[in-house]
Amino acid sequence: MAIRIHIPTPMRQHADGQSTVEVNASTVQGVLAELGAKYPALSQRIFDNGQVRRFVNLYLNDEDIRYLDNLATPVKDGDELAIIPAVAGG
Amino acid sequence: MSSSFVRGMKCRLCGQTYPISANNFCTEDFGPLEIDYDYEAIAEAVDRSKIALRPFTMWRYQEFLPLDGEPTVGIHVGGTPLVKADRLAEALGVEKLWLKNDAVNFPTLSFKDRVVAVALSKAKELGFTTVGCASTGNLANSVAANAAAAGLESYILVPADLEKSKILGTSIYRAKVVGVRGTYDEVNRLCTQIAFKYGWGFVNINLRPFYAEGSKTFGFEIAEQLGWRVPQHVVCPMAGGSLIGKIQKAFGELAKVGLIADATCKFHGAQPSGCSPISTAVKNGWESHRPVRKPNTIAKSLAIGDPADGYFAAKVIRDSGGWAEDVSDAEIREAMALLGRTEGIFAETAGGVTLAVTRKLLEQGRIPRDEEIVVSITGNGLKTQDAVADVLAKPAVIGPSLEEFVPLYEGAAEPALV
Repeated sequence: MAIRIHIPTPMRQHADGQSTVEVNASTVQGVLAELGAKYPALSQRIFDNGQVRRFVNLYLNDEDIRYLDNLATPVKDGDELAIIPAVAGG
Repeated sequence: MSSSFVRGMKCRLCGQTYPISANNFCTEDFGPLEIDYDYEAIAEAVDRSKIALRPFTMWRYQEFLPLDGEPTVGIHVGGTPLVKADRLAEALGVEKLWLKNDAVNFPTLSFKDRVVAVALSKAKELGFTTVGCASTGNLANSVAANAAAAGLESYILVPADLEKSKILGTSIYRAKVVGVRGTYDEVNRLCTQIAFKYGWGFVNINLRPFYAEGSKTFGFEIAEQLGWRVPQHVVCPMAGGSLIGKIQKAFGELAKVGLIADATCKFHGAQPSGCSPISTAVKNGWESHRPVRKPNTIAKSLAIGDPADGYFAAKVIRDSGGWAEDVSDAEIREAMALLGRTEGIFAETAGGVTLAVTRKLLEQGRIPRDEEIVVSITGNGLKTQDAVADVLAKPAVIGPSLEEFVPLYEGAAEPALV
């Protein structure tokens, strides 16, 4: 068991073409650190100076992490973390 | 035709360039992609007299729109009235007031027909046969109608608690309508996942760079209708926050190619208090908005808690010297009624928001009473009748006799609104 991360289609080029990546961690921050260890190029695009970039949204099991505890939000086995571009809608 | 004026797409944050494709964000930093034009070539190709000879639709400005060929969807869209609103001006205590009235836009009575016309014409150029959108209602109506007329299949996802008339006004076109139990932002997130999973053309997701350009025609028309110049103030409703920036962009483009002399205009943003992430950011001096988890307002078309263009809208307002405000449900209803009784225009709740905010900004002195103001009316009141149904006076009912009418006319109070 692990946490499954969903990568948006145009970003998969930075993750060996994979649509999902599984890692083990205890917080959202930890999940993204593990992802970054595997795919540094992807991490660079999600973070800018340690901050999640303005147009990146992160959803833990379909809830925006900004309404949870942001990067400190705890995660457990079987959780799904989706990285979704914020430039949509309106 | 217009193809020669489009260079490609460009990230609004880092400037990275991309060829034209159905994608809305930069793979370097997730920033929004925008169409990149060759303005020198446009300047050589257009002039006022050439535009004047074309039909009065949004396509008379087609050099500024990102199609390769002639439009194939929504060819009658745009060309809505700019109403000189003297009775409303008097009621508000201002001298020069206009209403840009997209409540009568064709075919679905909101400004969204403009963005959809571009997005779906582009969708056809790119070879899509299935299109869709996440919507608070007006976009749903427009995508469904224009897709039907173009022979495209459409999937429309909306919050399940939307006004009945907006759902009906979507289903009639045989769109596949899905009501999602959740907020608009949740619908939007789901649509982003669907768009990339199935490769459909979602107008406000992967087709968003094209879609957004359609809003500029609202601004082009204002400038041309004023005699090729811009007003001192534009007041604009904000949901996703895109339109306000596109009106500014339109004015800027007209100046850039020499169609107008000066694009200086203050942009003011309007939101309902029950969902006011952008106006709150402006009033607090924040660089960007903080999302609202559970919007609660009668202005459902503006109920976007996490606006995609919130950052840019706040910047447009700040940089132009404008301001933003928000108003209560009661103020929204009152303004809808004021517009109806002074100008004979029935705007949807968003129009009430924009007018009520205009009044507030006048009272605050943010808009001087002797300056030129254009108020943006973006949707039709027939779609949001629920919002005012209970506060309007019910008609008197009498028998068909003069005896019963006379006391009504001579005695009773004037039917009150709100």
